Amino acid sequence: MSQSFVSPATNAQQDPSPRVDPGLRSAYRPVFNLDACDGCGICARECSFNEIRMETRAGEKVPVANGRSCGACHRCEYTCPLGAINIEENKMALRPHAVWKDNAINRIHLQASSGAVALTGLGADSEVPNYFDHILFNACQVTNPSIDPQREPMETITYVGRKAKSFSEITDWQSFRNSLIRLSMPVVFAPMSYGSINLSFQKAMARVAQKKGLLWYSGEGGLHKDLEPYSDCVVLQVASGRFGVSQEYLRAGRAYQIKIGQGAKPGIGGHLPGEKVLEGISETRMIPLHSDAISPAPQHDIYSIEDLRLLIYALKEASGYKPVCVKIAAVHNVAAIASGVVRAGADMIYLDGYRGGSGATPSIVRDNVGIPIELALAVVDQRLREEHIRDQASIVAAGGIRNSADVMKAIALGADVVAIGTACLIACGCHACQRCGSGKCPWGITTNDPVLSQRLDVDWAEERLSNLLEGWHHEMQEIMGLNGIYDLGSFRGNRLILRGVGLNERELSILGIQHAGE
Amino acid sequence: MCGIAGLISHQRVKENGSRIRQGIVLQNDRGNGLGAGFAAYGIYPDYQKLYAIHVMAVDSGRMMEVKDYLQEHFVIHNLEDIPVWNKKINDHPLVKRFFVEPRASKIQEAPVPVNEDNYTIEKVMGVNDRLEGAFVFSSGKNVGVFKGVGTPADIYDFFCLDDYEGYTWLAHNRFPTNTPGWWGGAHPFNLLDWSIVHNGEISSYGINRRYLEGFGYKCRMQTDSEVVAYLLDLLIRVHGLSIEDATLVLAPPYWSSVEREKDEETMEKLLALKIIYESAMLNGPFAILAGFDEGMFSITDNTKLRPMTVGQSGNYSYFASEVSALYEMEPELEHIVTPRAGQPCVVYLEPEEEQQDAVPAGS
Repeated sequence: MSQSFVSPATNAQQDPSPRVDPGLRSAYRPVFNLDACDGCGICARECSFNEIRMETRAGEKVPVANGRSCGACHRCEYTCPLGAINIEENKMALRPHAVWKDNAINRIHLQASSGAVALTGLGADSEVPNYFDHILFNACQVTNPSIDPQREPMETITYVGRKAKSFSEITDWQSFRNSLIRLSMPVVFAPMSYGSINLSFQKAMARVAQKKGLLWYSGEGGLHKDLEPYSDCVVLQVASGRFGVSQEYLRAGRAYQIKIGQGAKPGIGGHLPGEKVLEGISETRMIPLHSDAISPAPQHDIYSIEDLRLLIYALKEASGYKPVCVKIAAVHNVAAIASGVVRAGADMIYLDGYRGGSGATPSIVRDNVGIPIELALAVVDQRLREEHIRDQASIVAAGGIRNSADVMKAIALGADVVAIGTACLIACGCHACQRCGSGKCPWGITTNDPVLSQRLDVDWAEERLSNLLEGWHHEMQEIMGLNGIYDLGSFRGNRLILRGVGLNERELSILGIQHAGE
Repeated sequence: MCGIAGLISHQRVKENGSRIRQGIVLQNDRGNGLGAGFAAYGIYPDYQKLYAIHVMAVDSGRMMEVKDYLQEHFVIHNLEDIPVWNKKINDHPLVKRFFVEPRASKIQEAPVPVNEDNYTIEKVMGVNDRLEGAFVFSSGKNVGVFKGVGTPADIYDFFCLDDYEGYTWLAHNRFPTNTPGWWGGAHPFNLLDWSIVHNGEISSYGINRRYLEGFGYKCRMQTDSEVVAYLLDLLIRVHGLSIEDATLVLAPPYWSSVEREKDEETMEKLLALKIIYESAMLNGPFAILAGFDEGMFSITDNTKLRPMTVGQSGNYSYFASEVSALYEMEPELEHIVTPRAGQPCVVYLEPEEEQQDAVPAGS
């Protein structure tokens, strides 16, 4: 029997150098109010990470935390019928050090015990500036009246796709109209594949998109047959793994998306482990049950911009000239890349910024690669305008959009529409515990486990998502109204509405905005 | 708050500026003495084939720079001081006018084919962009803009507008709020035959300007209103839209109205204009009066946060911010129209015989 199977407690008495395992200690813990607890044990069943077990002590059943796996998902807290649980921080008391902070230390401990690439979920967690927080809106005072959205029309209708430079360029109304998609507001659901999330969550997004006149993106996991009724508002993805891409698939969608990169992991591929490739997923992705679903880093038929053009036009031909969107991660040379992508024939360009989310990504990549969406968006919009090709493609901005102010700041910087992913998860219970890749999502969102995924009720999720967008929509209308603008079209790209605070000249010039006070 | 007045003789009967002066001076309270101006069409019959370039410069050195620049690109047929009477306004820039014709050789040499209008615009923008302390404020044929810092009466008298005879007159009284009161910022704003006066604030300026810059226009007058003149030039002259369609771009109907439209062809057109020209749409409170070589039209924002009234009598149409100003210009008005919010009102000059009334378009 190898050393590692011997429990440290026994070992300690004999071995002068005990095998302790630093790093396997949780920074959070459930704290139980045992006076209130009646020992029902729901918490132990709800915790999918086995942090809590029930023990019988002095004839009473009591919950006990093991202190190793609490990730602060707060599931037990919400489900305890007696409100007897609080999740508290359980940070290690470390001597303060400007460089060696707890996350740096913890990361080394973890990797030293596993020898693995540290994986995580969500978008970047770092001190890189969030430029949205350094941008403020203008408001009307005296000379131009603000408009009250409760009393006056306040319109957010947005058309995305290929437009035209001038009215006389339109020769065929039908083909002009076919190249455009009408959205009731400039927000769409970001691509999250069936597999990374479950069918219930996709269905909730699809229903909201259909009811509200928006779009949802399939991600690369194909289109499950249950979601076919929602195909009139779906952007179906063609990614490097080509999962689920069939003849029907190429006819079903409202538009198509070629995925080149993702903000949370620019330049790397994806991997859905075989144990997660369950029946529905295997069928939808068109791969054998329990086989690993590997998405290579590049698309192996796209090694150059000309190759991308071939695929764009192949998709257009196959789909009857539906709009084609190309998703790229925001990287250093994003403006030039975007220009090439538009010239290659893309009708929409989807920019996924540094803070863009993921179900599973190496945290070293997530936190160290790419650039924030604010900067990428600003330079891409400007570049496309300078090259007179801005009308040829719409810009979808994504990557860390948290609220309606972020949306409107992105619109004013030049985005046609904004995509939200993480915000949708949070709307349905997620507390950003960043363990999406584990398959144990206690809220039943990023899991296809037959038991866990039942925790997410489609109707409930639909209502939550719908409420979120409703609230944002009202706030967006307020922001337009207080700027005296009744049509989103006059807000889009209108950077004079924005002012920077605490930004240097270089940052301001890249963002194309003035400093507050100017 | 600003004041607007306009008058147009459908049959191109010329008159001096005294009636328009009355119309705008009545609206004295709509300005604060920090800007006023006039535009008159038909005032340069002797030079009607030439571009009349009005230039302001802070000193004679700058004026010489402009002259050298223009000389390089144009044949200057005449160059004269614009007559001024500076008893009341003594702090003013130098004002000169150049009657010019693009140099044929330059046009032929151009790397890409260019017509005379585009060529002239490029050079006008070139002066405004590159030469500090000097700018062109009027560049059309047989039209002149006269403007500066002062009350309407002061500016009228300063430029001796009693001595000009035109058939279309526009006037503006400025109350600057969001941009400085300076000579270049006074209205009208002119580009070739387009002259506009504007009351209000253009909340969409940021994107209008970026959009125009994409087409080579340079916004250097530090004020939102200038984009309107350039937009008209782009939409009508460059993109070939009709006046009516251009007004639909600048003050489009709400999406909800467009989508309710029953006539399919109309709906398609409105939709296409709204989609393509999203960045050209004006937002914010505005009432705009625009003059051009064949007429005059007014537009207001969709909620009509700024006033515009139109009157008619015989072969004349009158536009003003206040009804009282219409009567001041013509006491015997036959009828008065108050355009509804967002509704344009277009008056065309008569080509030959037929007479046209001021009828709100789209009614």
